Amino acid sequence: MDQLVKKYAQKMIHAGLTDSPLICGLDDEVIWSRQDKDIAPLEAVLAGMNINSLICAEPAEPYQSILHFLTIRYPDTITPGDCETRTFLHDLPIARNFSAKAILPHLLKRKSVVVASEGKVRVITFGTVSPEQAFVTFSSVCFAAFVLFFSEFLADCQKGCITRHYEKAYRKAVSCLEDSPGTPPPLMRGPFTSESAVHQAMIEAGRYTVDYGLVDSYFGNISCRLGETIYISQTGSSLDELAGCIDPCPMDGSSCAGVTASSELTAHNDIFMRTDNTVILHGHPRFAVILSMDCQVIDCPHRGKCHTKCSSDRTINDIPIVPGEVGTGPTGLSNTLPPAIKGHRGAIVWGHGLFTVASSDDFNEPFKHLLDIENMCRKEYFARVETCMQKLSYHRTAS
Amino acid sequence: MVPSSFGWTGKIAHINLTTSEIDVVQPSCELYQKFIGGKGMAGHFLRPHVTLAWDHPDMPVLIFTGPLVGTAAPTSGRTTIMSRSPLTATVADTSVGGRLGFQLKRAGWDGLIITGKSDKPCGINIVDDKVCIADAAGLWGSGAEGVFATLADGKNSVATVGPAAENGVAFSSLIVDKHHSAGRMGIGLSFAAKHLKYLTVHGTGTVAVHDKTELIAAREEILRLTSASPILMGQHGFSCFGTGSIYDLMDARRMMPTDNFKKTHFDRAGQLNAYAYKETYSPGKHGCMGCHIRCKKIVKTRDMQGASMPEFETMSHFTALIGNTDMDLVMHANTLCNLYGMDTISAAATLACYREMSGMKDISHEVIDLLTQIGNASTELGRKLGKGSAHFARQHNAAETSMSVKGLELPAYDPRGAYGMSLAYVMSTRGGCHLRAYPVSHEILRKPVATDRFTFSGKARIIKIAEDQNAVVDSLTACKFIFFAAGLEEYARAYTAVTGVAATAQDLLKIGERIYYQERMMNGLNGFDANDDDLPSRFFKEEGSSGNAIEIFPLQREDFLEARARYYRIRGLNEQGHATRQKAEELELEWINS
Repeated sequence: MDQLVKKYAQKMIHAGLTDSPLICGLDDEVIWSRQDKDIAPLEAVLAGMNINSLICAEPAEPYQSILHFLTIRYPDTITPGDCETRTFLHDLPIARNFSAKAILPHLLKRKSVVVASEGKVRVITFGTVSPEQAFVTFSSVCFAAFVLFFSEFLADCQKGCITRHYEKAYRKAVSCLEDSPGTPPPLMRGPFTSESAVHQAMIEAGRYTVDYGLVDSYFGNISCRLGETIYISQTGSSLDELAGCIDPCPMDGSSCAGVTASSELTAHNDIFMRTDNTVILHGHPRFAVILSMDCQVIDCPHRGKCHTKCSSDRTINDIPIVPGEVGTGPTGLSNTLPPAIKGHRGAIVWGHGLFTVASSDDFNEPFKHLLDIENMCRKEYFARVETCMQKLSYHRTAS
Repeated sequence: MVPSSFGWTGKIAHINLTTSEIDVVQPSCELYQKFIGGKGMAGHFLRPHVTLAWDHPDMPVLIFTGPLVGTAAPTSGRTTIMSRSPLTATVADTSVGGRLGFQLKRAGWDGLIITGKSDKPCGINIVDDKVCIADAAGLWGSGAEGVFATLADGKNSVATVGPAAENGVAFSSLIVDKHHSAGRMGIGLSFAAKHLKYLTVHGTGTVAVHDKTELIAAREEILRLTSASPILMGQHGFSCFGTGSIYDLMDARRMMPTDNFKKTHFDRAGQLNAYAYKETYSPGKHGCMGCHIRCKKIVKTRDMQGASMPEFETMSHFTALIGNTDMDLVMHANTLCNLYGMDTISAAATLACYREMSGMKDISHEVIDLLTQIGNASTELGRKLGKGSAHFARQHNAAETSMSVKGLELPAYDPRGAYGMSLAYVMSTRGGCHLRAYPVSHEILRKPVATDRFTFSGKARIIKIAEDQNAVVDSLTACKFIFFAAGLEEYARAYTAVTGVAATAQDLLKIGERIYYQERMMNGLNGFDANDDDLPSRFFKEEGSSGNAIEIFPLQREDFLEARARYYRIRGLNEQGHATRQKAEELELEWINS
């Protein structure tokens, strides 16, 4: 347990989620990652719960500023609309006091609580089998808040309702963004002729996808077709730790050993069946997700159900945007993504993430697509904001 | 009074088979909130009688549904059946699907308490609030199939024992609605001990829901999570292939029990997997009432049309464990066990024990004959094997060849390949069972996240939390499989929506802790302690079948014992594994020390 606590403390720092994580793991006794004055109230929280791990940390910038703004805008609960929140988190409750009495009622119901007190924001999450659960939730909270903040800012810009305070918060968040890496790394060259070569290439591409910030925490999926077998990352695997987490899935279905494969195996399989692509990379690049949610058809009958009902042929330049939920249900992306991606270098699933493909026998091309499309979306996002802000500025000056 | 008119019916039927009296019990509001339903409520009514012999007329057989049964809450149509086990002498609860719970609830009953002993074979027929005890002499001796052919009318739910129970087989099951088995604990024999052959239930009422909008919202959350689950709804998952979909995986992870747990890899697994069954038998989907996953598979073609396909444990134990490579034999063994009403895990594991003890190289050609001898108790060997592997091995001074815990044969997950499973087996209140904590979920299936399967670190608390959660699930009464995807967070919302009783996930876990601790207390009253919380010595002495860069070492006994000691501390037990007064009172359980 001590090793796990240390591992996830380091991962949180490395992922840029926080500078000072406070993590505990419990078996028959509690182990904390470090000493802190917050431990006393948190141990009172632990006493009221049946859990085995807990994380409490002040999110790093830009998440700190974003959450600070959102906790003012939404006094009780933040409700992001991205896929991760809809599926797993449901919403992000807010506590106004860093005490067990204020925190516990929320953690008894939800996987996280955002604590806004003493002029700062802390996020608390927990797990019942591993600190990894708490880490994943913490990361998802930050991702969801980021997507919500930038989505709403663009939407509000378009409506012309930006206050100076709002704009200041936006400028602060933008100033904290890291520059986007422009050049993809050189990855192993294909074609791959052996299982071990496929594994090495997938492990390398997964690691770089995380290093380049093209995921929400460490999650996404990756696959490679070798003959009639799909090699795909396992469900819930960290893209930067894929060694031992790749499942071979025969395309004739003659083995179910891939039952632990990514929940998107069916979509990958269908893409391989419909196209001559041999590699697929899926990440959650933030601006691709944000732009996928930017729709100005205010009176659309599907408003609020875009993630499953959108029937418009939407694109960002050459990249189609499709609805679809995680997995294989009737509204699952396994139904919408494969036909949409045919003839394209990638496709974005509404509020979820970006899939890129190539028939190039290695991951250089899909990685470049992932990076290029995200950079394109980022550029497009700020261009849309800038256009709106210029109009807003004109109106402000004129009035 | 029941806490609300929502979710619960507020009525339990007490049926005394000695006197033929039928009383209505109306539990208090506090009792429902304290134990929920299903396993929790059944445990409450078992406790005053738990020190009686399993076949004492006053020993109750308890059949309980939960508050979610009969509502739109997904996969919530199950039933808990509980008594004291004829096989293990422990608490014996078993969760069964089909339509029994749904019909019972619609008939207006939260549960049944069956006591006494009829002087002749009888059945119980329930239609709404009418409960009748009927003569079943004409059905005594019939196989399950014959009972369904006689009593199932397309509307009712039928539960029956087969000849195995009538003939004293300690691992006899209750077969429900033809395809669903209340297995593992010998609950069929508990029925037969009362001369009770069958139960039919038909209800025409509805279950009132407190807040339908909230329930639909909770349902949508649960369905969304299910769709995102590869193990449930993926192209290799339970919905497509049944539970047999993990057959390949268990072998690939080198934890498929082979040759009575001497090995952990079966060379022929690739030819006997779920895909092979699907190709051969073209099974169709079938599900319990209220389930959209529909993991049960039914044969659609050939001469076995309408037969149940074997579940994963049956596929594994009737091949790898006994050294059989004939898929048709597995199908026939499964069908025969269902006909006689016998638990397939215990049946196969007992044959594996017999095979090892007798030094047989190939038992395949004798399997059907041996199962028939057991089910009919027609030979001395059959009668001995019908007592289960632990009893059989002890009788022949070879106790170490019974791969069981507390007398319950182990299912198809070798604990050397998943250390949490070793703790789960020994801490299970009903003996060697995988379903109490089901650590395969995180140790193998990576849900909710993956844990290191080759360490005991952190596992004691994980097992304890999972036991508490599953006690809640069996009390609601929902299906454990859906918890590969959803959690108590979503089910607490459904519970509140149905009943109107405000509860969080952690509130429910606290109730689960109470329910589980009570079972530990009941076992303690019957003399179970740390000496019984142990694994067969094979797992500490012999290595498994390493390969594929996976090494399967013997379990380190010292590490295992340390983890077990940690579990005792976390669970609030003393060093001997006994319940303590302090913990019992903390959980609001009445303290009875003897």
